[in-house]
Amino acid sequence: MNVIQRLAALVFLCLSTTVVALPEGLSEPLLSKQLLKGSWSERETLAHHLATSQESSSIQLAELWLDGQLFVLKSNQTFVLTQKDGRKYQLTNLATGEDLGLHKKRAVKKVPLNNKLRKILRNALSVRDLQSTDTELRRTAIANLLGDENPESYELLKTASRTEQKRELKELISSGLALFDLKNGNEEQRLSAVQILGEANNSVVYTKLQAQKAIEQDKDVLAVINKSIDDIEQRRKFYGAVENTFFGLSLGSVLLLSAIGLAITFGVMGVINMAHGEMIMLGAYTTYVVQSLLPDHIGASLFISLPLAFLVAGATGVLIERTVIRHLYGRPLETLLATFGVSLILQQAVRTIFSPLNQSVITPEWMSGSIVINEMLSLTVNRLVVIGFSLIVFLGLLFVLRYTRAGLTMRAVTQNRAMASSMGIRTGHVDALTFGLGSGIAGIAGVALSQLTNVGPNLGQNYIIDSFMVVVFGGVGNLWGTFVAAMGLGIANKFIEPWAGAVIAKILVLIFIILFIQKRPRGLFALKGRAVES
Amino acid sequence: MNSTQTIKGGPVTRLLLNDRGGRWFLGCLAVGTLSVLVLNLLVPASSPLHVSTYMVTLLGKYLCYGLLALALDLVWGYCGILSLGHGAFFALGGYAMGMYLMRQIGDRGVYGNPELPDFMVFLNWQELPWYWQGFDQFWLAAVMVMLAPGLLAFLFGWLAFRSRVTGVYLSIITQALTYALMLMFFQNDFGFGGNNGLTDFKDILGYDLQADGTRAVLFLLSSVALIVGYLLCHGLVSSRYGRVLVAVRDAESRARFLGYRVEHFKLVAFVISAVLAGIAGALYVPQVGIINPGEFSPIYSIELVIWVAIGGRGSLYGAVIGALLVNYAKTWFTGAFPEVWLFALGALFVVSTLWLPKGIVGIVEPLINKFKQRKSEPVMQEVVDHG
Repeated sequence: MNVIQRLAALVFLCLSTTVVALPEGLSEPLLSKQLLKGSWSERETLAHHLATSQESSSIQLAELWLDGQLFVLKSNQTFVLTQKDGRKYQLTNLATGEDLGLHKKRAVKKVPLNNKLRKILRNALSVRDLQSTDTELRRTAIANLLGDENPESYELLKTASRTEQKRELKELISSGLALFDLKNGNEEQRLSAVQILGEANNSVVYTKLQAQKAIEQDKDVLAVINKSIDDIEQRRKFYGAVENTFFGLSLGSVLLLSAIGLAITFGVMGVINMAHGEMIMLGAYTTYVVQSLLPDHIGASLFISLPLAFLVAGATGVLIERTVIRHLYGRPLETLLATFGVSLILQQAVRTIFSPLNQSVITPEWMSGSIVINEMLSLTVNRLVVIGFSLIVFLGLLFVLRYTRAGLTMRAVTQNRAMASSMGIRTGHVDALTFGLGSGIAGIAGVALSQLTNVGPNLGQNYIIDSFMVVVFGGVGNLWGTFVAAMGLGIANKFIEPWAGAVIAKILVLIFIILFIQKRPRGLFALKGRAVES
Repeated sequence: MNSTQTIKGGPVTRLLLNDRGGRWFLGCLAVGTLSVLVLNLLVPASSPLHVSTYMVTLLGKYLCYGLLALALDLVWGYCGILSLGHGAFFALGGYAMGMYLMRQIGDRGVYGNPELPDFMVFLNWQELPWYWQGFDQFWLAAVMVMLAPGLLAFLFGWLAFRSRVTGVYLSIITQALTYALMLMFFQNDFGFGGNNGLTDFKDILGYDLQADGTRAVLFLLSSVALIVGYLLCHGLVSSRYGRVLVAVRDAESRARFLGYRVEHFKLVAFVISAVLAGIAGALYVPQVGIINPGEFSPIYSIELVIWVAIGGRGSLYGAVIGALLVNYAKTWFTGAFPEVWLFALGALFVVSTLWLPKGIVGIVEPLINKFKQRKSEPVMQEVVDHG
């Protein structure tokens, strides 16, 4: 949201304050006089001249003109930008960017525009965009011509098709040409046009085909149209499913990140940590603090925040373990209550220190935007990053538990505390470290979540129930179970959402888990063996 | 107590014979209720002794919380089921009562529709949904107050206890249950007023809800419900059934191997507890004047656990005392230092679990016992400690 607002503000600034130099050989008063007083044919020449010029300033004049936004201040014949302020106009000099203050409506005159001029301007501007070296500009220009029924547009597309090198743009152009053929060609042309259109992913093509289906007289063509529409719908369904899976994986990785720390404290140690959500919150707030301390290094802020968040949340976790939880081992219900108390204290602390309101965390440049696969499918970068990140964290944790000495002692203490203790492992230290590790990972999760949701005192609360569901569903004491459960629930949620709505989907998933626990009280991947019953 | 003496008196007297704390508690409650009523209704408003109707309503609210705490203590203190979703039963009872009160508004609502509550008119609904039918009858609402929570508890408990979901797992899924219900009731389409819940009530059984008399009667009813609830729970836990329940709490497997159908014992306690919670909710709503989905939120249900823990888990009157004290503290703190309340509540959680495993009752009762013992038997007897 924030990023979009910023971008919008930026675009607005550019629009309103760009200083425009004028085309050579034409002084500003002369040009404006001709535009206002000259004949329509003179204006047409000028329009052509402006729109085909190489000067960006002339192009801007042409664009403003086409939008009906080109005004002249009568008193000194300069071009001005206008912004309505009540009954008056707030004027800015187009050439110098100078603020000219408020003027009456009568003080300015709009440069006249008729359909013929519009056509000239639009065509000339399209030609320019079509020949531009910027792929995105070309893409928009072609997309704008798509479905346009002017013969000029046809010609433009034809010209463009000769020079265009990029495959996807070529396809776009050919579907644009096919749309013309479908309307105006002979039967053979129309048949092949419909076939070409069946391979297009563009939504304009789809609506045009639907429209043609309703009025088509020719039976053969109609049959092909139906088939093409089917093809398109099939692909839409497929890409829709791909997109849903992507969203599901993204939600799943969020769940995984928030639950995986819990899987250690709850799953491995058997400690119910209701303050786990607040560890996530601490991580998110760490990101916020880092960003406000280093406002010039937003791009690097996440990398600085990650270790810091791990330390902050981990240290808090160790502190809680040493002061509260240590005294409550073997009394899970009491642990639950005490840690809930801790979570209330942490929440209120954040509310008092920062504010009860949400804080804005900025998404760095490299994480915004999206990757366009084709016109039916594009994946947002921040979600991709979070998916990748959650996998890294998961594998890293797995590695630590399995292949390091610390992990070995952790597992030893979990499996048989008395035996581990007799072998010389300091169980108290291991408990504190394990709890710190779980909390630290929650802190890291907070850094990732700060990029996806609001950072506020209630951040943790929103995730705690989901996290518990994931751990319980996956099977306590089993990291792979947590992984499968998180991804499974994420994808299930996103596939139910389209037909049931977000809230109902969530409720259904909750009910499913409640029922599932009845069937398999120890989760998807239950631990086997003696440890289970103790 | 002297066991050779033949027991006289009615069932209530017999019930309280071994329950000194309970006798004190009920006595104080009865005296307190009557004096508040007298001070509210008979003493003129100008007198410094007058208790305002606002205060009466506030106390009535606390009594409802007390009944709710009592209900939770029955399952947590005596059966070991830590339900983190008891707020759901409370809210369901509240909603059943709220639906009746909503229908009583009739055409006095903002839109003046005699049949449909305001929010339904607002949502453009044409007719009353089937589940709202009949709620203009008080008897149906009264039945639903008990039936809705009872049925939910029965279904949920039957599923959970049969498959031996215990301990923290049970706690977490009860929390999920109330969370799911909260999400559902927040939905506008669900037909219970969505976000805003049910409010703007006018009267109950023809009596104006704003009138002092109605408020006083509601307060009295809450008190009576609490007393009856206490007697019922106490009767239950001191019966043979209650002993088995405690056995289940302390050693579930052993009780099962001795041939008791553990899940049946648990289920009965759970359902009774849910019904009591529902009644508490039903008494709460007309006094507070609103019921909304916020009551389902998991945090309320956990807060309720702390009332019981503070008061003293496993001693029914302790739970009630805890509810009264914590809520009084909450009212005071949120008025005087709103910032500090959550710190205080959080600290209560930690302190009560770390240092007060038996709550306030656990501190006070041994002191009284010691005092009494010294008075009646000057010579100290040797106490054999089995710990």
